Amino acid sequence: MDNKSKASAFFGKYAIYFIFVFLFLLVSVINPRFLSVRVIKDVLMQSSVKLIVALGMMFVILSGNIDLSGGRVLGFAAVVAGSLAQTGDFARKFYPNLPELPFFVPVIAAILLSMTFALVNGLVITKLGVAAFIATLGTQLAAYGLNSIYYNQEPNNSQPIGGFKKSFSYLGTGQIAGFFPCVLAISLVCAAIVHIVMRYHRFGRLVFAVGGNSEAAIVSGINTKKVILTVYLIAGFFFGLGGALEAARTGGAQNNYGLSYEFDAISACTVGGVSMNGGVGAVPGVIIGVLIFILIQYGMNFIGINPYWQNVVKGALIVIAVAIDARKYAKRR
Amino acid sequence: MAENDIILEMKGISKSFPGVKALDNVSIKVRRGTVHALMGENGAGKSTLMKCAFGLYDPDEGEVYLDGEKVAFKTPKEGLEHGISMIPQELNPIRFRNVAENIFCGRYPEKKVMGITFVDDKKMFEDTKALYKELNMDLEPTAIPNDLSASMIQLNEVAKAISYDAKVIIMDEPTSSLTAKETDDLFETIHHLTARGIAIIYISHKIDEILRISDEVTIMRDGQNVGTWPASELTEELIVNRMVGREMTAWFPEIDNNPSDEIALEVKGFSSPNPRSFQDCSFTLKKGELLGVAGLVGAQRTELMEAIFGMREHSAGELYKDGQKIENKDTRDAIRNGFGLLTEDRRRNGIFGGLSVRDNTVIANLDSYCNGASFLNLKQIDVDTKKYVDAMEVKTPTYDTLIRDLSGGNQQKVLIGRWLLTNPDILIMDEPTRGIDVGAKAEIYNIMLDLTKQGKSVIFISSEMPEIIGVSNRVMVMCEGRISGFLEGDEIKDNIIMDYASRVGGSGIKA
Repeated sequence: MDNKSKASAFFGKYAIYFIFVFLFLLVSVINPRFLSVRVIKDVLMQSSVKLIVALGMMFVILSGNIDLSGGRVLGFAAVVAGSLAQTGDFARKFYPNLPELPFFVPVIAAILLSMTFALVNGLVITKLGVAAFIATLGTQLAAYGLNSIYYNQEPNNSQPIGGFKKSFSYLGTGQIAGFFPCVLAISLVCAAIVHIVMRYHRFGRLVFAVGGNSEAAIVSGINTKKVILTVYLIAGFFFGLGGALEAARTGGAQNNYGLSYEFDAISACTVGGVSMNGGVGAVPGVIIGVLIFILIQYGMNFIGINPYWQNVVKGALIVIAVAIDARKYAKRR
Repeated sequence: MAENDIILEMKGISKSFPGVKALDNVSIKVRRGTVHALMGENGAGKSTLMKCAFGLYDPDEGEVYLDGEKVAFKTPKEGLEHGISMIPQELNPIRFRNVAENIFCGRYPEKKVMGITFVDDKKMFEDTKALYKELNMDLEPTAIPNDLSASMIQLNEVAKAISYDAKVIIMDEPTSSLTAKETDDLFETIHHLTARGIAIIYISHKIDEILRISDEVTIMRDGQNVGTWPASELTEELIVNRMVGREMTAWFPEIDNNPSDEIALEVKGFSSPNPRSFQDCSFTLKKGELLGVAGLVGAQRTELMEAIFGMREHSAGELYKDGQKIENKDTRDAIRNGFGLLTEDRRRNGIFGGLSVRDNTVIANLDSYCNGASFLNLKQIDVDTKKYVDAMEVKTPTYDTLIRDLSGGNQQKVLIGRWLLTNPDILIMDEPTRGIDVGAKAEIYNIMLDLTKQGKSVIFISSEMPEIIGVSNRVMVMCEGRISGFLEGDEIKDNIIMDYASRVGGSGIKA
């Protein structure tokens, strides 16, 4: 390869990182107040739940599947977590007679609920052979419906849920040692574990193999159905955890929580270099993918651009990122 | 011959891809009304050269003359409209639209109703019918490609070429998925076309077919033209020597293994739930034996082997390995029971294109690199990858290279390495040398032979008669889902194999 094509290959590979740095510098130059600890922390805290959802989505996409139910399941998980996390003396309790529960109970309840939906997704896809797109499209709607029924129960009657106990809210708003956001720490630990699993664990190789060529995986003695089911369960775990953290972070929960979070996650994965065909992708790309969307949203607000432009820029970014990716493969011919 | 007999001339064509000079100053002349064969090992540049003529590639240097006129097609559409058609090896029709639409795709006859343009289906069907009549094809214009055999779809491509008034038709490995009968039919169509003055450029690895059908043969090697000869002056040996550029004295290795009398595998009464697939198949395999499985396309050889390996259902039948009854309910069972299956279609269910050579090597054996928590021992993975990449003489820049960037032969060697790593007692190889160049073929035969010398047994399916004859200890012939017969020693001759392949039990031709 000559130097020019080497340079363009290098740029192609790291294009998203360059775009990220460029946008960061652009916002910082236009409004230097962006470079404050408070603002950066805020950006990172907003990214945390999105990252957790994107990690779950990454597993599913790497295996060659998709999960459209992620956002609505997260919303349901947030409502359930919220309903179990209220202080004992809160006036408008979801369960008036429920004693105060330890902070981890709502979190675990949210995760179990979300994993139940994941199990349904996984079984419908692997046992009934329904396409992942359709199966999770159905679950998505059902999850929202069930969430709304739950949310509308007496005496709550579709009122926003609030009044969380401190230990629960700490998960979303607390600062470890007084400066490091707890929710960020949780998401970084998740990212690190996922990264290690994808690189060093047997399961990571199985996901790449199933997503890369499921027929060859079967011949190689890989239980592809088990891998796909596991992938959905892992995603379910992250969506549930994300739901609980979203409630904790915002100090409330409503049945419209999580709307289009699955698309944010899919967008972040796509922009971060995860191939929609499966089998290609890694955690660092997904992290940048998440950050870049939050940066666009937060940064554009910060420099006073009409917020409706955000969606235009985000949409363009997705298409451009995939076009760059497609060019990489086109050159192989 | 007069100069105006040349319909297609390519002069000094060069074409480079990043890192490779695919074509280096290649010239070729194709005469009107002849079959001009193009031969060479994989990567010799045959397809690239033809893509330059057709407009799929833009050559870096050189000129193309069609019917005496200089041309430089930028797109295949231009090529088609000027009378060059190319029928690819992998046919890719619009599966669920009828054959007439496939022919007239992109240039549908039109009619206007109240000023609005519609497709004139009636005219399209009539034109298609006329084409079929001209080619003696028995096909309805409304037939759907998805319901048709590969040979019918191919003939439809020929019809499409004729509809463009083709002067040159390029056929890339046209018989690779045809039965012997269908091949005969295709050759008849080719004669019909050349009689009309159409030139056929015929790319193939199959030497016997080339000698049978072609008038002239051009041999390419490493992106260069070795030369063009009248087919009548060539023999199989000459062609092979010129393709590889070396004397292939030992074309097949000497089959000097010693199958033991012990039975490694007994298959009893295997039947598919599908009545048209394999039925009541029984055979035994000895330890250290090379069992060749011959048959025509459609003999259900692949299906039987996939069922034995647990990839396909069977409704009846039993497996005994070393005298013990076993069951391969799925591929995991099969691998645990000491089986390996090198599949026929490397790209479809062999390689993981987007994964590295390393991952492709160890994927069927991952469990053995796991510690208690299933984390992988990457060092051991590297050691084993090196061992098998070296043993198979895989040519790869690094172990991190994506397998799709290797040549077909090297991919196949990685896949064989993958199975050797699982240490199978019985390795089933389905068309192990398909689409692989001559040098790599010989290496693969040697690997098969070495395995049997280690006491392992190899079943290999092949549609190439010389390979079946040259490499087997014993031959099992299948016909229409049934086992037609077993041949040993002097009986392993092509006429006897053909006899059993075309009729269950054979008609009694003797050696």
